[in-house]
Amino acid sequence: MNSSLIALALMDGVSYAALLFLVALGLTLIFGVMRILNIAHGSLYAWGGYFAATLGLVITNFGLSPMLGLPALFVAALFIGVLLGTVLEYGLLRRILDKDPILQLLVTFGAFMVLEDLQRLIWGVQPVFVSEVVTQLGTISVAGVTYTRYQLLVLPGVAIAAFFGLRWFLGRTALGRQVTAVTHHREVATAMGVNTGRVTWITISVGGALGALGGALASPTTSFTPGIGAEMMVLSFAVVATGGLGQIGGAAVAALMIGLSRSFAIYLMPEIEVLVPYLIMLGVLLIRPEGLFSTAAARRI
Amino acid sequence: MRLRLLVIVLALAVLALGLSFPWLKTPVLLALSNGLAVSGVIILIRSGQVSFGNAMFTCLAGYAAAFMARAWALDALILIALSTLFAALSGALIGIFIVRYRGIFFGMLNLALSMVLFSVLGKFGGVTGGTDGLRFDRPTLGFVHLERESFETALLVLAVLLAIGAGWLVQRYFASVSGQALAAIKTNETRLEYLGISAKRVFWGGYVLAATLCGLGGSLFTLTQGLVTPEMGYWVRSGELVFIAILGGSGHALGAFIGAFVFEFMKLYAAALLTNAWQLVMGLVLIAMVFLAPTGVFGMIQRRLKVGGNT
Repeated sequence: MNSSLIALALMDGVSYAALLFLVALGLTLIFGVMRILNIAHGSLYAWGGYFAATLGLVITNFGLSPMLGLPALFVAALFIGVLLGTVLEYGLLRRILDKDPILQLLVTFGAFMVLEDLQRLIWGVQPVFVSEVVTQLGTISVAGVTYTRYQLLVLPGVAIAAFFGLRWFLGRTALGRQVTAVTHHREVATAMGVNTGRVTWITISVGGALGALGGALASPTTSFTPGIGAEMMVLSFAVVATGGLGQIGGAAVAALMIGLSRSFAIYLMPEIEVLVPYLIMLGVLLIRPEGLFSTAAARRI
Repeated sequence: MRLRLLVIVLALAVLALGLSFPWLKTPVLLALSNGLAVSGVIILIRSGQVSFGNAMFTCLAGYAAAFMARAWALDALILIALSTLFAALSGALIGIFIVRYRGIFFGMLNLALSMVLFSVLGKFGGVTGGTDGLRFDRPTLGFVHLERESFETALLVLAVLLAIGAGWLVQRYFASVSGQALAAIKTNETRLEYLGISAKRVFWGGYVLAATLCGLGGSLFTLTQGLVTPEMGYWVRSGELVFIAILGGSGHALGAFIGAFVFEFMKLYAAALLTNAWQLVMGLVLIAMVFLAPTGVFGMIQRRLKVGGNT
């Protein structure tokens, strides 16, 4: 493996990790507040991607300025995140808070099945692929390797911005602190006057938008087909579990680990590429059963 | 007593259904093999854990059966026995480390393992036949060569007997000390440990039994189809198993089979009427079940007939 291949694998890995991180961030945020693992999160990724591709087509077909391409991705993510987030929260998640965890998991699994089929009915089964944005931003040469600006600068940039933005939001703003309070203890937060209903709705919309953003940003470089949501769901869970449930920093480290090892596996041992994320997750959980950055929890007797 | 009567009536009804309508034989067989796998999933649900990877054991047993059928052309009964044993051994091995985890980690580690299996089966096409899977010739049953029709009939009778046996075994297990201890994992594991019972060992036992039943279901499924594909171990299939358990009711082994039949026929009709949207229908049914009848179809029957306790 020569140096330019290593550079290429590094860049592939980082841009892939950025997407993974965005999706996992949404998942872990929702888990933190609701204590529910939202299996439908993978569908948000797929919907975000499909909707972004549709917007991209609209821009090309109506001859609108190609400058709109990049903002359209964010608009698509926000729209899908708030739309589906609101539906999921008011229609389902809010009503199952007091149910058995198994039933909670199954409700989101049911939502996932519904969303998968709706997506197939809306966008069909043909692969969807709109790469206008990538060609428009052009390429850049780093360390003797020519790479698209979109994947090398935009994707990691958005991921880093999301990471710091979310940390700032959770730690420095009044609303963000309310979110943190609800993650620590829902009942106490309610007793202290936090409007938990509003907080969970905002969290789910933001988390959903992050998942959809992952999809929207992936849409110019990945062709979207049915089943992509299921695949991403499993992968983003692997990231979240490896990092520790509810841990934002952990998700970032795990996304980088998984993204980089996967891209190196593609160049070194392509057969095991799909296995790498799971092997990393298994390896980490064998040594640290609660993930890399888990915090100790009190035992309830 | 009324419950035993119900089981006999249902078993006879299933047999009559399969024998009088030949085109129903395959769906009935598939429902029975799903039911066997789900009766394993119910054991895990009893301990408050849900696995999104139990289709891995049906898939392992399926591939074991297919490999042996191709390599040695064994008899169907031996194939079922050996492939179920293989699933049980795999469950015992995987169980050793997986019983340390609870809740979402348990569910998702199972899922991760099943995805590893799924990808390996798909990738190494030279050995496993890749995504097309492995096809094998119809084996003898009880060392007798049978035509397709009579093979399916014999398999059907065998499946009904296995289902009754498995249902009895699961109920017997729930009533035993280990079964009671397993249920205590759900209520309070720490208290269980204070009683001097190793929660991990109890859970391991439940996990192995669940894997065995899933393997039994998987081997029957494979023999019915004469074909295995990696699709058998896909995580959405595992999700379906859990879905069936909730649909039928996880309080009793009979619920697993009722759920499997409802599921199979729902799928048959939903797939025929709404070709592109059967998953949508399933999802809506699942959500409705959780809200309206969390104890499943069996729970509803139980309330009507006032049969059986919680055992």
